[in-house]
Amino acid sequence: MSDTTAGQVLTTKDGKPLKAALARALRREKLRSLALIAPLLIFVLLTFVAPIVDMLFRSVENSIVEDTLPRTVVALREWDPASGQVPDEEVFAALYGDLVVAVEEKKHTRLGSRLNYEESGISSLFRKTGRRVNRMDEAGPFKEQFIDADDKWDEIGTWQVLRQFSPPYTDGYFLNAFDAQRTADGIELKPEDERIYMLLFGRTLFLSIVITVSCLLLGYPIAFLLAALPLRSSNLLMILVLLPFWTSLLVRTSAWKVLLQQQGVINDFLVWTGLISDASRLVMINNQTGTIIAMTHILLPFMILPLYSVMKTISPTYVRAAKSLGANDWTAFWRVYFPQSVPGIGAGAVLVFILSIGYYITPELVGGTSGIFISNRIAYHISSSLNWGLAAALGTLLLVAVMVLFVVYDKIVGIDNVKLG
Amino acid sequence: MANTRGAAVKYDGVQKSYDGETLVVKNLNLDIPPGEFLTMLGPSGSGKTTCLMMLAGFEPATHGEIFLNDRPINNVPPHKRGIGMVFQNYALFPHMTVAENLAFPLQVRGVGKADQSEKVQRALEMVELGAFGNRRPAQLSGGQQQRVAVARALVFDPELVLMDEPLGALDKQLREQMQYEIKHIHENLGVTVVYVTHDQTEALTMSDRVAVFNDGIIQQLSTPDDLYEDPQNSFVAQFIGENNKLNGKVIGVQGEECLVELDDGTQLKADRVNVSAVGDKTTVSLRPERVEFDTNTSMDNLVNGQIEELIYLGDHIRVRMNVAGNKEFIVKVRNRGEKRKLNVGETVQVGWALNDCKALDAVV
Repeated sequence: MSDTTAGQVLTTKDGKPLKAALARALRREKLRSLALIAPLLIFVLLTFVAPIVDMLFRSVENSIVEDTLPRTVVALREWDPASGQVPDEEVFAALYGDLVVAVEEKKHTRLGSRLNYEESGISSLFRKTGRRVNRMDEAGPFKEQFIDADDKWDEIGTWQVLRQFSPPYTDGYFLNAFDAQRTADGIELKPEDERIYMLLFGRTLFLSIVITVSCLLLGYPIAFLLAALPLRSSNLLMILVLLPFWTSLLVRTSAWKVLLQQQGVINDFLVWTGLISDASRLVMINNQTGTIIAMTHILLPFMILPLYSVMKTISPTYVRAAKSLGANDWTAFWRVYFPQSVPGIGAGAVLVFILSIGYYITPELVGGTSGIFISNRIAYHISSSLNWGLAAALGTLLLVAVMVLFVVYDKIVGIDNVKLG
Repeated sequence: MANTRGAAVKYDGVQKSYDGETLVVKNLNLDIPPGEFLTMLGPSGSGKTTCLMMLAGFEPATHGEIFLNDRPINNVPPHKRGIGMVFQNYALFPHMTVAENLAFPLQVRGVGKADQSEKVQRALEMVELGAFGNRRPAQLSGGQQQRVAVARALVFDPELVLMDEPLGALDKQLREQMQYEIKHIHENLGVTVVYVTHDQTEALTMSDRVAVFNDGIIQQLSTPDDLYEDPQNSFVAQFIGENNKLNGKVIGVQGEECLVELDDGTQLKADRVNVSAVGDKTTVSLRPERVEFDTNTSMDNLVNGQIEELIYLGDHIRVRMNVAGNKEFIVKVRNRGEKRKLNVGETVQVGWALNDCKALDAVV
């Protein structure tokens, strides 16, 4: 029965290739399972993937300048920023034409705010000029009239910004997210006192690692206990572990405020016992300590659950076997039990780390200024400064950072070494 | 056992209770001489595994003392007892290779690297797995894993090896093969082996002596043939091998013999094992292969019975008969080919010797 010799194509009885026949036979099955998941797939595509892609696209999208000032953008192409001269009358004429339309459509203020992200003062420049443009002499010359309206039109920097951001796509948001800027000499870092995002990224990473490690240190013994206890008592303990899930996140975070503040429960207790003096109450909130404590507490179940489900599968006979072979308690744990629990550590650590790196509410409430994360800054740009492009760029960076870490983790530990049970 | 290097084990009045209300092991006294292969046999819940776990050190004895080479070991932690153990599901460490598994007991004992690999290789060759050192346990078949587990329990030269139903997870054929292999390893090394099983065939095949457990008590402690030929009570007679039960009452006692009247009035002569006086209720135990169809008048017991069913099993034929009101009376007839034909429904005479039927304590 050696029909399967190399090079020979197996066929069905009527001579069709076996592989094609098999694929056809399985196609119905595949289509049916696809139909089953289709509602979810469509839902996820519409409500999750599409908005995210749109949001990420905003980090490079920059058509507002071209849309609002189409003629100026074209005219500016001729201008050489290195010449040291502001553009000539032709560009100003184009600007006048564009602005008249823009003011009519009330679009010039939006452009002003957009360009204000790149250089402050431009917003008010456009507002001011917008009020004046209808009173300008249509016959020109426009250059004098504009400079008369605002001196900023006579500054080369204003025109550099306008020219630099005239293409429909820009790396400006990303440069900003990297604390860099484009100057006449090319890309360079901003002055030290203006760098903020890299610091925030670094802090987010550092605090997330600290939170992950403290979750692991606190969660491992509890998971171990849960897995070792008889079912009845472990169920009770499990309810205690899950209890925080049934309480609102805000309530839990606020509870930490009550506990940790300088006139709070812990400080009062320490003063009462005489461990610290009234004058030297500990500062445990509105700083990094507060963020670490509150987030460790909130994310602890995400560490305990995967650990527990992995530990539950480690048979106690392994430790017994190790002991019967001459290992003391510690060796039996370290050489036999611990290596088998590593997949749980991996799963728990990845889960907690990824959750904490994008956490927002808790750092906002207890982090003060030194304990906030990059996501707080993103939220600020989304809802307060309305600089969505920068928010999108920061979000993209965060996403890329998580993915890079994920790949690194895969290289070091191996992603197939992650087990949720 | 000339080259004995085994340890002596002694249970002295050992009791064990888990809940403080019932005794799982009731007053166990057991002496195991060096080099013996002793099997603890019994149904589940009979206390045999608990006895083994107390010896290994995983369960503390509630009362009494266990001695290893005359040294009390109740307060010695498991890892200092130096006892090799083979677990029910092998308990091979899944994250280590076979060789690492075997090296583990040597590493924790601080054996030098060169010595380690030599001993590991020797142990692997003993179980004929010399080329498998670099595999993971999951890459081995059940039988191979079993051998690795045995090799790991022996690699650090323990004087005593405990085995807790080690063959339970194997299929029948492999189980039989492993029984002989373990037996041979025991013979070659001369270590003391305490083996726990609920499989009586395993116990009979491998052991020097078998301790039959039931209800936390050793029902009988003897060599395999004694256990089969001379069961001391009805539990042992039923647990070991196949057995016909005939209930009745003692109506006469004469030395080591007695006369039993069965419930339907049939009278049998039986070996007096576990009954004391006239009037005692008794269960007479009789092995199916000791019953003969070729009767003659010199036989001690001759009874008529009706054939209910014939089951052809190749090497022998099982005949289910209705004898003295017992419809489950089994006779095994060797298949010699020339035998006279037995027919269902036929009434025939069967007979057996006095020594083959034992008057034991009554079972309800």
